[in-house]
Amino acid sequence: MRILVVEDDPLLLDGLAVGLGLKGFTVDAVANCEDGRAAVRAQRYDGIVLDVMLPDGSGFDLLKELRDAKDGTPVLLLTARDQVPERIAGLDAGADDYVGKPFDLDELAARLRAIARRGAGRATAHLEWRGVVLDPASLTATRDGVPLKLTRREFAALRALMERPAATVSKAALEEALYGWQEEVESNAVEVHIHHLRAKLGQDFIKTVRGLGYRLAEGGA
Amino acid sequence: MNSIRSRLLGILIGTTLFVWLAAIAWIYTSTQAEVERVLDARLTEAARMVNSLLADHRIEIASQGNVATLTTLANLAAAKAYERQLSCQIWSLDGTLVARSESAPELPLTNAMQGFSEDIVDGETWRVFTIENAELGVRVMVGDNLRMRERLVGDVVKGMVHSAALAIPFLVGMIWLSVSRGLMPLSDMARALSQRSANELTPLPSAGIPKEIAPAIEAINDLFGRVEAARERERSFTAFAAHELKTPLAGLKTQAQVALSSTDGAVHANALRQIAAGVDRTSRLVKQLLDMAALEASDARPCHSYESMNHLVSSVVADLLPLASARGIPIKLESSEQDVRAKVEPHFFVLALRNLLENALDHANDVVTCQVLDLGKEVRVVIEDDGPGIPEPELELVTAKFVRGRHKSATGSGLGLAIAKVAMARIGGRLTLHNRKPTGLAATLEIPNRAA
Repeated sequence: MRILVVEDDPLLLDGLAVGLGLKGFTVDAVANCEDGRAAVRAQRYDGIVLDVMLPDGSGFDLLKELRDAKDGTPVLLLTARDQVPERIAGLDAGADDYVGKPFDLDELAARLRAIARRGAGRATAHLEWRGVVLDPASLTATRDGVPLKLTRREFAALRALMERPAATVSKAALEEALYGWQEEVESNAVEVHIHHLRAKLGQDFIKTVRGLGYRLAEGGA
Repeated sequence: MNSIRSRLLGILIGTTLFVWLAAIAWIYTSTQAEVERVLDARLTEAARMVNSLLADHRIEIASQGNVATLTTLANLAAAKAYERQLSCQIWSLDGTLVARSESAPELPLTNAMQGFSEDIVDGETWRVFTIENAELGVRVMVGDNLRMRERLVGDVVKGMVHSAALAIPFLVGMIWLSVSRGLMPLSDMARALSQRSANELTPLPSAGIPKEIAPAIEAINDLFGRVEAARERERSFTAFAAHELKTPLAGLKTQAQVALSSTDGAVHANALRQIAAGVDRTSRLVKQLLDMAALEASDARPCHSYESMNHLVSSVVADLLPLASARGIPIKLESSEQDVRAKVEPHFFVLALRNLLENALDHANDVVTCQVLDLGKEVRVVIEDDGPGIPEPELELVTAKFVRGRHKSATGSGLGLAIAKVAMARIGGRLTLHNRKPTGLAATLEIPNRAA
């Protein structure tokens, strides 16, 4: 799940980038509205963590621009001003959730998963396909009740595929879901992860759609 | 209690009583004089009448040994209360009583030969007018008992005092009512003020207020305004301070949770390093918040003594040497050989300079310079760095509280420039910022040097 964090405090920004990374998110971190705007234009995110007080404007403004541009990316507002009127203003401006500083990293991650899930139109926290169950909260996977050992990247790739089971996910989209901007990506990284997943789940679990990307195979195929 | 009402009441009643007493005293003396004049005239008249009656032989003088009674004279007495006021004696020149009126004593009323005189006879004081009739060989004496006269004057005054005494309670009541009514705006104001809660600082209504208490109301409203402004400043400052502290706290907590949940040694170490740096930054923020709060609470402090600018600047630079060496950025101090002196409150100046130097150290790439310039009219302290500078549109904004520029440092709180600006304002100086060519920021402290 790819997340954009817009926060001007370097300590908190670094903490969020690393912390949310540990929770299984792929994180892009920017420190002001302008960079946030550029990031949103360049990339589709599953959720945005947006600070309200930014050096070059208010997070509210960025949120409003997004909503005016019919961008429905789930947004979680992050602010030190967590009085009721401000929370109401934030939610009315189009935010999906609101977290007051200081917060708990686990709670923030859970709320992010929740708004991302709602954004994707799903009601349950778990992803399921042909007996394979992914729990994005605990980053665990099982097959018919038996735990699967997956690396972080493998988990992220599988999640990207299982979030839209019938759709074909391009190699570029998988790369985006797996790696943030700052990370070096080997040209065959996605193939390697798919290869490992097939080794663990069976060759027929993920289908290669030549020239387009990958998708999950229907049962019994 | 020192009350305007009782004081007014006292003054008004005292004045009224005094005026009344003075009037009574004046009426007493003038009545006395008038009564004396009128009654003396009557004595004279009566004596002349008796004398002329004798001359016309309308009154027969009693033969030797018998004293005639002058019944006619009794008719001269008019009012009942003052009956028998007049007494008449007719003496022969050789000293025998020839005739007397009914009320007259038998002893001579006076020893005076003629004209007015006063004598005591039988314990009573008489005012007597004497006419000597040489032709008939008699002396006519007509006298007034002075007791009667005094009673007459006394009755006049008594009448006045009685009516005054009756009027006094009524008058006191009227004065009390008028004073109360007159003081109503004051008591209204007192009631309006006493019913207020400590948080209600809206101005008192000033419409229809008498002009005597209008200045008091204006002063109170003015005070309310200032208190309200100070409280508003404090409130917004507290809110800002809380907000500013929450962000680094959130950062610290997040980093701590990262450190706790990460098994990767590098991530773990990085989080701990971030926590250490975050604590440093937060303590600097707290220190700056306290400085700012102290500045906000202080008023401009005039300074009467000259301070050595070279000494002040070099002491601040010396204080910052550990920070400078930690950053690996030297502070170059350029000051003239000659000592520059200026009237400046040292505490505020040092606060401004320290914050500007810290800011410069946060942003500089290689070096920070600090110059002291004596321009005669003013002393300038210029702090320059070779960092990225401040984007022109933000130059005006960065001296506001909690505004951090885009090129903010990892340790900035957004308060340093604001503290410098307020501190300079407190000592009557000015802080100006401009970008240097090709890169960097120059902060200039201008201190007016009036004595120069």
